[in-house]
Amino acid sequence: MPQPSTWFSSPDDAAARLAESGYLADPTTATTAYLAGALEKPLLVEGPAGVGKTELAKAVARTTGADLVRLQCYEGLDEARALYEWNYKKQLLRIQASHGDDQTWSETHDDIFTDEFLLTRPLLTAIRREEPTVLLIDEVDKTDVEVEGLLLEVLSDFQVTIPEMGTVSAVRRPFVVLTSNATRELSEAVKRRCLYLHLDYPDAEREREIVVSQVPDLDERVAGQLVATISRLRELDLKKAPSIAESVDWARTLVALEIGELDDKAVSDTLGVVLKHVSDQARAVKELRLRS
Amino acid sequence: MSGLVDRHISFLEALRAAGLSVSLAEDLDAIAALSALDWDDRRVVHDGYAATLVKKQSQRPTFDALFDVYFPRMVGDGVAVRAGSDDDDGGEGGVRDNAEQLAGFRDELFDALSDGDQQALLQLAAEMVARFGAMPGRGPGLSSWSAYTALQRVSPSELVDRVVQALLADGRLDGEARREAGRRIGSFTKMVEDDARRRIAEEKGPEHVANVAIRPSIDRIDFTAARKSDLEDMRREIYPLARRLATRLTQEHHARRRGPLDFRRTVRASISTGGVPLVTHHKPKRPHRTELVVLCDVSGSVANFAQFTLLLVYALRDQFEKVRAFTFIDHVHEVTEHFTPGADVADVMTNLAAATSHAALWGRTNYGRALAKFEEQHADALGPKSSLLVLGDARSNYSDLNLDVLERLAGAARHSWWLNPEHRRHWDTGDSAASRYGEVVPMVECRNLTQLGEFVHDIL
Repeated sequence: MPQPSTWFSSPDDAAARLAESGYLADPTTATTAYLAGALEKPLLVEGPAGVGKTELAKAVARTTGADLVRLQCYEGLDEARALYEWNYKKQLLRIQASHGDDQTWSETHDDIFTDEFLLTRPLLTAIRREEPTVLLIDEVDKTDVEVEGLLLEVLSDFQVTIPEMGTVSAVRRPFVVLTSNATRELSEAVKRRCLYLHLDYPDAEREREIVVSQVPDLDERVAGQLVATISRLRELDLKKAPSIAESVDWARTLVALEIGELDDKAVSDTLGVVLKHVSDQARAVKELRLRS
Repeated sequence: MSGLVDRHISFLEALRAAGLSVSLAEDLDAIAALSALDWDDRRVVHDGYAATLVKKQSQRPTFDALFDVYFPRMVGDGVAVRAGSDDDDGGEGGVRDNAEQLAGFRDELFDALSDGDQQALLQLAAEMVARFGAMPGRGPGLSSWSAYTALQRVSPSELVDRVVQALLADGRLDGEARREAGRRIGSFTKMVEDDARRRIAEEKGPEHVANVAIRPSIDRIDFTAARKSDLEDMRREIYPLARRLATRLTQEHHARRRGPLDFRRTVRASISTGGVPLVTHHKPKRPHRTELVVLCDVSGSVANFAQFTLLLVYALRDQFEKVRAFTFIDHVHEVTEHFTPGADVADVMTNLAAATSHAALWGRTNYGRALAKFEEQHADALGPKSSLLVLGDARSNYSDLNLDVLERLAGAARHSWWLNPEHRRHWDTGDSAASRYGEVVPMVECRNLTQLGEFVHDIL
């Protein structure tokens, strides 16, 4: 039976509230976001660059009043920077400070492995927070395979085991969003623990809404022309199709340049905002007959 | 209730049979998701299943097709179509399929196609199968709906020119309009096929359809069995595949980068820890890059395979020291100059197709002759640093194989491989000389994008 959730009460509620915070989600995105909250499962979002994967996590945080804890993944990320680390320097100071006292070794030992000397990193921070939290693990595909193993305990049981202190379980389960550009296939184990959402370029109507909501100064008619041009560009065989972020940038450019009409000349003058390969630009010029 | 569970279980079985790895945990997640959702909208159920069961975008088309079979959009002709077609049919029992009806239907279809109205197209697809795809009078157990018959009868592909005209009038440009029209008609054809599948599933049970009618995902389709639309999709997959391979390779190379101990840096670093070398420093390994010589058969039967492999190799150009490519049918022609850095994929394909004519003298594949010509004209391409990659099905029309030439070529190169796009069970059938060439040069089966990606990864 549908149960009230701490995050969203229904798919429609998710769509409406995300829209309020400036994120126009399509029905599938809204349904999946609702499910992630209702089932308390991590959400893995995959898709090309610049379609709003990270933005989704931010929007969920904004709209539910939760705080965002972000772990940016990169090659070489390790336990010490993802989970926790002992503050060696402080521990050393503590040992030296107690040198003159008649404390036994075991007392000192118990003393230096306590909360005071623990440096929490994003994953542990998110787990220990008592307020509603959105945990964003950005670009998971950039990490090494070993780090995925590290994530497993956090993603399935929402707990972190620290050998010296024991297991820290989540006081309140965070809303976890993982994003990936699919440059690497994630392991089955990670995928099994997550809900999956593939974000793609939106249809013309939605994209126009997004552009208009992000750049309110843009003329309605120019917005229509811009979205039409973008969707024509995406149909070409390009190395990198323009993303939503780039359409928004383009809209901002047009506003800044005070271009009131997106004709061929305006398109070819500002093409660099959306297409970032020489061959792509040449192709667009040829196919759209911009300079004939 | 039990019916629902049964359907759920058999849906999952079908997904597993189609190659999706659905675990028990995901099964339970799907149930939990369905309990949390309302069932009043089919799309919501679809999204719930998709989010919990499908974790790879490439498997999504398979999932969608199976979902349509197990949870059909409507039963029979549905409600909407019946209401809509009452008036133009002229009551019950009216003739549903004659020349006049056909012309009328095609006009309707044309309107919907030029507007790109998805909802109308879906309805038309259902109507089309119902009116033109029915095959009454066949014995029980035979499928009574045929997408093929319906498509032959209405032949939407003949509408391409009209749709193009309509799009041109709409202000689209020439090449673009043609592409768009082709895409719309392609997607309509798919709708018709889906609808026929739905109807058959209704009569014979979904398991039957799931077993026979679901195509494998795009990275598992054989190069030699691919349709035109599949080839287009495959070509779009090449760059993402190359990017994935490159990332994976860089990561693996970084992991293996530790070279011999760098004594000076280790000692210098040990100063900060009181002379105790806590962390060792290493010299980086010198990266090793191969020169690659690709020799590919571009005769009709394997042309697609050769193109994909060439594209992939060139997309990964920076992983190699140098790449030289030759095409052959019964003569050798160098095509290296077509692959300039940053060149446009579509242009490269066109140039390659045009260059095919240089690779043929008489047009009948002759491996022996091509190898001999290669040795004669381009022997300098192979050296101790280079690797030789031969692409082809080793079907040489029973001509002289020139095994000794291949042996000399393989001897001159550092490594050599032969990629064969045919299934291993077809090797040595007919005029295939697979195992005889395979004795000289290790032969690898490479039928689809997955196998191709794996192979390229392994040789780098």
